[in-house]
Amino acid sequence: MNAEVSFSVIGDNGILIDFGNTIDDALNRRVFDLFKQIKQKKNSFIIDVIPAYSSIAIFYDLKNVRSKNADAVSCFENVKLQLQELVKEEMSITVSSIRKIKIPVCYAEKFALDIKEISVKKSISIDEIINIHTSKFYRVYMIGFLPGFPYMGEVDDKIAMPRKSLPRITVPAGSVGIAGKQTGIYPITSPGGWQIIGRTPFNLFDKEKDQPVLLYPGDEIEFYSITENEFTNY
Amino acid sequence: MSLQIIKAGILDSIQDLGRYGFQHVGINPGGAMDKYAAQSANALLGNDLTSPVIEIHFPSSEILFKKQTIICLTGADFSAYINNLPLPLAQPVVVNKKTLLKFKKKISGARCYLAVLHQPDLVKWLNSYSTNMLACSGGFKGRAFKRNDTINFMNHPEIHYLKGDQPFKILSWKATTSCNFFKTIRFLKGNEWDWLAKESKEIFESARFKITGNSNRMGYRLEGDKIDIKDQQQLISSPVTFGTVQLLPEGQLIILMADHQTTGGYPRIAHVISADLPLLAQADAGDIINFKEVDQVLAEHLFLEQQRDLQQIQTASKFKMEALHAMRY
Repeated sequence: MNAEVSFSVIGDNGILIDFGNTIDDALNRRVFDLFKQIKQKKNSFIIDVIPAYSSIAIFYDLKNVRSKNADAVSCFENVKLQLQELVKEEMSITVSSIRKIKIPVCYAEKFALDIKEISVKKSISIDEIINIHTSKFYRVYMIGFLPGFPYMGEVDDKIAMPRKSLPRITVPAGSVGIAGKQTGIYPITSPGGWQIIGRTPFNLFDKEKDQPVLLYPGDEIEFYSITENEFTNY
Repeated sequence: MSLQIIKAGILDSIQDLGRYGFQHVGINPGGAMDKYAAQSANALLGNDLTSPVIEIHFPSSEILFKKQTIICLTGADFSAYINNLPLPLAQPVVVNKKTLLKFKKKISGARCYLAVLHQPDLVKWLNSYSTNMLACSGGFKGRAFKRNDTINFMNHPEIHYLKGDQPFKILSWKATTSCNFFKTIRFLKGNEWDWLAKESKEIFESARFKITGNSNRMGYRLEGDKIDIKDQQQLISSPVTFGTVQLLPEGQLIILMADHQTTGGYPRIAHVISADLPLLAQADAGDIINFKEVDQVLAEHLFLEQQRDLQQIQTASKFKMEALHAMRY
């Protein structure tokens, strides 16, 4: 077990397992491994799990844990012991089990609200921005901020841009953005400060579906460019 | 038709105890702000504690009952009336058909809960009735109530306890209600507690903080002495929860409430214990709070004790409700 792993409370019904305050591919894979293991165990006392960049929160039902462990000093200590075992196991997800998803993006200016500004500030042509953005697989490090909003990375330094100093009041659903070295997609229309470089016709959030979100932590995403016409007829 | 919104309040919505199991995809639990009050309204009717309730803010909706039913109001005292006669809190009331429930004045608290014996005819979204307004899902059409919205009742036979024009009848059993003006909120230390300078820790534990007008179901912004972190550190996006106290860059605090995001990037200096979240949920803009540290063992004990109390009220009320039905039929 890694000596730097810390276990602490997150509320009185949650445990935070922290692997370090950095954005690091290897740490995120450990978070994802642990997340998968917890899901597989299907422990009835675990009610929610939030995997993030390099930490993961596990929420449990106090009544359930207490009823099964009348002698435990606290439910927290009891759940912590069980989770420590899992962290030790260090299961590794095989590459073949990682979902790879191709996402169409229209980078036309009517959708790419900030692409011109990036082009000017980074002294790079719009075509180059598109080429670079579509040139690699991005890992979904975590989902947060909005239902189904993927935090993905890392984008090439040539197109990395800080968030807008003044967030937009409305960013349309499907907008693809950049924030620092991260790239993300707005699943629903919302206020937001990411630099918008295009829009996908894909629906990342559909409340009518049993699985209402399209992307999950650990997925790998590749973008490809489509024309305005293709977007409209998608 | 069974219940109709005659006049819409500022923010009245269907809630239950929250939507769990979807935070890994960014869907937060939401649910009632004051889960104790929401559960006690159901408990007093002998309902399942997870049944949906209407969470009412002030100015409140005016609600017309089109069928006879039994209701229970808990939480904030907004001076509830039916046909100009006052209704009690935390006590079941049989209401006649064609009666209008109004809330006249904000007396104490911030959120009132209305539970109804007849379960509203609503569909769960992702295992919960709670309204997620961000995702426009759950509850009643995924939004707060508007004028003329109508909810049908199901799962229960019609009742005819009241004859003629009698508008309502207060039933015999009740729960005690407490009113706390100065609020001490107990907390557990957060993951970034030790990022605070020593003096800032002392301020957090001793100073009084005012809840500002910039407070809602997502979070409460506090105003108080400035709190500093030792050296400028940045937190990467990390999990947060209901009750997480975050330190904003300008040195002020925000407490995340029921509709919080699942992750956040501000230092988590503390977490309000579950047992005190109801107290906080009933605090209002302008109210003063202070913080007191407790340990995990006590926090768990206090929460489980509340749950035991609710269970007892529910069991006793269910028994009384059955006796009432038996008497009438």
